[in-house]
Amino acid sequence: MTNLLRQYRQLFLAYVYEFFREPEVMLWTLLFPIAISWILGIAFSGERSQLVNVAWIQQQATTGSFVQKSFSVQSGHTLIKDSNNVSSSIILGSKSEGVIRYRFIPATPKTADVMMKKGEAILIVNDYPDSANFLFDPGNAAAHGAYLQISAALAGKPVQGVSVTKLDVKGLRYIDFFVPGLLAMGIMSSCMWGICFGMIERRSKKLLRRMVATPMKKSAFLASIVTARVILSIFESAVLYLFAWLYFGMQITGSIPALFLTIFAGNLCFAGIAIVLSSRTAKSEVGNGLINMVTLPMSICSGVFFSYHSFPDWIIPIIKAMPLTTLADSVRCIFLEGAGFMDVAPAIALLTGIGVITFSLGVKIFKWY
Amino acid sequence: MIKNTVLEIRQVKKYFKDVKAVDGITINAVEGEFIALLGPNGAGKTTLLEMIEGIQYPDEGEILINGLGWKKHEKELRAILGISLQENHFIDRLTVREVTELFGSFYTLPIGRIDEVLDLVALTEKQGALTKNLSGGQKQRLALGIALLNNPKIILLDEPTTGLDPAARRNIWEILEKLKKDQGITMILTTHYMEEAEYLCERIIILDKGTILAEGSVHELLQQFDLSEKIVFVSDKTVTREMVPDNGLHALTQNENTYTLRIEDISSYLPSFLAAMKEYNIQYSSLECRKMTLDDLFLSLTGRSLND
Ligand SMILES: Nc1ncnc2c1ncn2[C@@H]1O[C@H](COP(=O)(O)OP(=O)(O)OP(=O)(O)O)[C@@H](O)[C@H]1O
Ligand SMILES: [Mg+2]
Repeated sequence: MTNLLRQYRQLFLAYVYEFFREPEVMLWTLLFPIAISWILGIAFSGERSQLVNVAWIQQQATTGSFVQKSFSVQSGHTLIKDSNNVSSSIILGSKSEGVIRYRFIPATPKTADVMMKKGEAILIVNDYPDSANFLFDPGNAAAHGAYLQISAALAGKPVQGVSVTKLDVKGLRYIDFFVPGLLAMGIMSSCMWGICFGMIERRSKKLLRRMVATPMKKSAFLASIVTARVILSIFESAVLYLFAWLYFGMQITGSIPALFLTIFAGNLCFAGIAIVLSSRTAKSEVGNGLINMVTLPMSICSGVFFSYHSFPDWIIPIIKAMPLTTLADSVRCIFLEGAGFMDVAPAIALLTGIGVITFSLGVKIFKWY
Repeated sequence: MIKNTVLEIRQVKKYFKDVKAVDGITINAVEGEFIALLGPNGAGKTTLLEMIEGIQYPDEGEILINGLGWKKHEKELRAILGISLQENHFIDRLTVREVTELFGSFYTLPIGRIDEVLDLVALTEKQGALTKNLSGGQKQRLALGIALLNNPKIILLDEPTTGLDPAARRNIWEILEKLKKDQGITMILTTHYMEEAEYLCERIIILDKGTILAEGSVHELLQQFDLSEKIVFVSDKTVTREMVPDNGLHALTQNENTYTLRIEDISSYLPSFLAAMKEYNIQYSSLECRKMTLDDLFLSLTGRSLND
């Protein structure tokens, strides 16, 4: 027993030393999440002054323009020529609902088509002397919104009995949504890359082969890697949270012990998956491919960057079954909704279960030489 | 005194898809013996060694160490062997001492053993250096030190001096000789260098294509194949067998304008040879007299050079 512990201790230390002696790697794993949360946090906060391009086809320019006429008559705003002397802009909206500048760019049917395809414009207006006709992709929510706002301005009648108030409460900002997801994704990539890379390198350099040619306990080896990685990854999460707290004033409204357990379970889960992924190959390219195959779909779908509720209904149960979704949702619940242990217990059980199963599978199929 | 057999390899075979890496090899090693496995690339040296080390398993045949087989006695065997692999990479960003301690933790070692081993392989001064910053010779010595941590009775070294300069190579030889003298350790090493085999080992086993071509001490091998000594020279004139003296001549061979005489004994042959050259007025250059080496032996056994 003491023997096993001694082996474990040395293996653990070896792994941790290795990590802290590679400054670039450490910097990347710690700074990257901070940088991305900083950039996205800034990008999606503050005054929104958006610009929407509209392809403006004036069918009978000499006879008159419905758009130009209606704007000045109905809403008191006018289309003003831009400094480039080509396009004209109108600013719609208010402080509470957000201000948007619509830039009408003169176009022919042909150039309008190209602008749409390139994504330069999201809306085409066919402007006749006495009417206007809008063309846009109904699946594009932004285009739809633009159409509604422009057509309301053309009509000039505000809807009766409706008013708008600006919402800017802590916990509802994009950064509040994003940081818990980023935390979860950080755990995933830290486990995947941290474990798989080291393992594959050790295998390809025949170090694993050398180690099992001693009386080393294989269980001590695997346990040391998993636990060292889990601890490092918890440390990384703490650094990210510290930044979000200091810079964005992000609060944890739920139970901190529950958060800790959730993060721990998430680490176990991804460490287990990492052991399976790295159990056979000695080629880093293969390892890369395997990791991307597992992490990419989850990073995209699991609601790290945007809510997965905009996906079609039939796919949502599949997304919810992904470990990253489970982890991100639970962490978010604790951060934002004040969840306690009982709320996240099923998620913790699920993540731990996946971890234990994948870990045992990985150990079974593990190739030491 | 009859020494104990510590290693028995019986009719061991290992085939891969398209190669017979090891094809029926039998070797017995007695306590305190140093054996060299000599052979060109792909001869099967590493495969054989790794089967002895219990890292690969034979398709056929049996390997017993101290009478124990790998299937049932893996744990005991791991504890008494010391090995160093052909490729030795340790964890780059650990120091010499940390790596040694890491491997030391896998065994039950007496206190002070780490220092002892570092001292033995002359790495005490380098113990704080990261392993990635070691020179080739230092890396090989570290690998050797790690192989010796558990005071093994048997050590198996796969090309322990490949890529080292002569001084660094001699360095390792000295460590190994000391082990032999002080501890009666048994060793099998693989090598491409015949000087190494000649210098360190009382028994040399020449492998090619997974089989044993020849085996014995250097002396025995050269005797056995009747290839004792030779004279080599270059001449633009044609030299025929009639022109050279016959006393103790085995063969005269020609390769373009390079001639090789295989003879019994250089000292008795050379004077009459030089006289004959003068007599036939043959101008020669690059005259070279030497004893046959294992490389010559290998060349004559296979028609290929050992270091191809
Ligand atoms: N895992 C393997 N799969 C397929 N073929 C293999 C494998 N290992 C070795 N071989 C083949 O078996 C033969 C013997 O290889 P081995 O490594 O034992 O040679 P070696 O004598 O150690 O050569 P070297 O001096 O180059 O180290 C080679 O032809 C090699 O290609
Ligand atoms: Mg080899």
